[in-house]
Amino acid sequence: MRHGKYRFLVGALIVPLALYGVFVLSPYVQAFQLSLTNWNGVDSAPEFIGLENFSRLWSDPLFLAGLRHNGLMLLVVPLAVIAVALALAAATKGTRVYRVVYFFPQLLSVAIIAVLWQFVYTPNSGLLNGALSALGLDSWRRSWLAEPDLALWCVIVVMIWSSVGFYVVLFSAAMESVPEDITEAAAIDGAGPVTVFRRITLPLIWESVQVGWIYLGIAALDGFALVQIMTVGPGGPDNSTEVMGLGLYRSAFNFAKFGYASAMGVTIFFLTLSIAVLLLRVTRRERVELA
Amino acid sequence: MRIKHAVLTLWAALVTLPLLWAFMSSFKTDAEIFDSPWTPPATPRFDNWSRAWEQASIGQYLFNTVIVVGGALALTMLLGALTAYCLARYEFPGNRLLYYTLVAGMLFPVFLALVPLFFVVDNLGMLGTYHGLTLVYAAYALPFTVFFLHGFFRSLPGAVAEAAFIDGASHAGVFFRVMLPMARPGMVSVGIFNFLGLWNQYLLPKVLNPDPDHYVLAQGLAELAVSRGYGSDWSGLFAGLIIAILPVLLAYVFFQRQIRAGLTSGALK
Repeated sequence: MRHGKYRFLVGALIVPLALYGVFVLSPYVQAFQLSLTNWNGVDSAPEFIGLENFSRLWSDPLFLAGLRHNGLMLLVVPLAVIAVALALAAATKGTRVYRVVYFFPQLLSVAIIAVLWQFVYTPNSGLLNGALSALGLDSWRRSWLAEPDLALWCVIVVMIWSSVGFYVVLFSAAMESVPEDITEAAAIDGAGPVTVFRRITLPLIWESVQVGWIYLGIAALDGFALVQIMTVGPGGPDNSTEVMGLGLYRSAFNFAKFGYASAMGVTIFFLTLSIAVLLLRVTRRERVELA
Repeated sequence: MRIKHAVLTLWAALVTLPLLWAFMSSFKTDAEIFDSPWTPPATPRFDNWSRAWEQASIGQYLFNTVIVVGGALALTMLLGALTAYCLARYEFPGNRLLYYTLVAGMLFPVFLALVPLFFVVDNLGMLGTYHGLTLVYAAYALPFTVFFLHGFFRSLPGAVAEAAFIDGASHAGVFFRVMLPMARPGMVSVGIFNFLGLWNQYLLPKVLNPDPDHYVLAQGLAELAVSRGYGSDWSGLFAGLIIAILPVLLAYVFFQRQIRAGLTSGALK
């Protein structure tokens, strides 16, 4: 059987590896090189300037604003999504139809979600102000995306809205594999529903929750599409919704500062990596095995 | 109990209301949209939909998306399965290195690659072309596909393949006729995952696909919404939004169990 093995392997692997090398691997490697230059896309030979791009980043008010806003998203979004999703997952036990509905936003492109919510937040004809008026809360009406104090929170709400359903499904699937006799035994021993959830269910589904922390943490460093589509500028009133990805996009494709933009990309990469490692460590628990 | 159902209903309303409202608005006139966001249209304006489809090019964008995503999906599944199979079932020097190099692609944020990728695609003369976007989509979907299917091919029993080899089947024959059919459940899961991921792409086309005639659906809709700003053809934009949502909604209605299972199993891998 073995003859022709290497011919087969070479024939099978050459196209996918070439594709991966050209479009994925080489850009990633080049990004690190470019980040040390001041290339503007025109000069044939980019000039090497060492770490200057990186030191400029720390005095670039726009990038620091992006960093701050992504930091706020990182603090708020994963916690809110996991809390809401755990509560809803526990509550949907036995009523699956809710999960079918909750999951739907997961299927929509973030661009479509952004356009939809831009309509919802529109001051005069939007759903949100319309709903507030219908409830007799006219004084609560706002130009949601135009007020610097509110715009970023409006974006964060959309991030939460669009992510919760996926984690409801993920967590409720994990909860279904928790054997009923354990939770029932605990209930007979006098544990209330909160205690059962905290001491039994949560440890047994922790692996799913950990996945949630890491994915949501990484996603919180993005926000590009929502901000770019929903908020004016883009970047919001007074740059109140600026995010790092938007700064990168603008530097590269509006101002042709490709070296500088690559330095932002490298920074985003190291931040993403650190967040993932940090969350992995912080959320590590003794794995609970069911015999 | 009552509180529980109230909470569940509240979230269901939060999810569905914006979508239903957009659906209703897509049949209203601009004036009706501005007068009162809540009132249904006096008469349903189907011309909003045809205006979105033709004048706002949503039909063209849908066509572009089908071409690019269809091509990229077929390419990803074929190459991904082939790569995963070779790395999972054959011993050869460098096997582990190749596997980890490929899978490492999942760890990097696309933002890191964005600038050089733009120039790679530009230098190949592929900016704003169907084939350029198709190849890039396939390349970026490859790491996860290989990762997912690698585990799948590993877990398949070897006896059937051995028997086929003894019967004189070639290496390619064993892959296409024996192993690939056995890997069908895994292919379906990762196929759904890739389809939705590619269909919903925004960042890559935004950078690599500047030609308005070749815009994909999400990108085209976002450009319409951003460039028109306040006060122009709102009803047409609502109709475009609903047209963009409908294909995914229909797919979900028919395959909702498989879609949820496919997406969540991808996350836990």
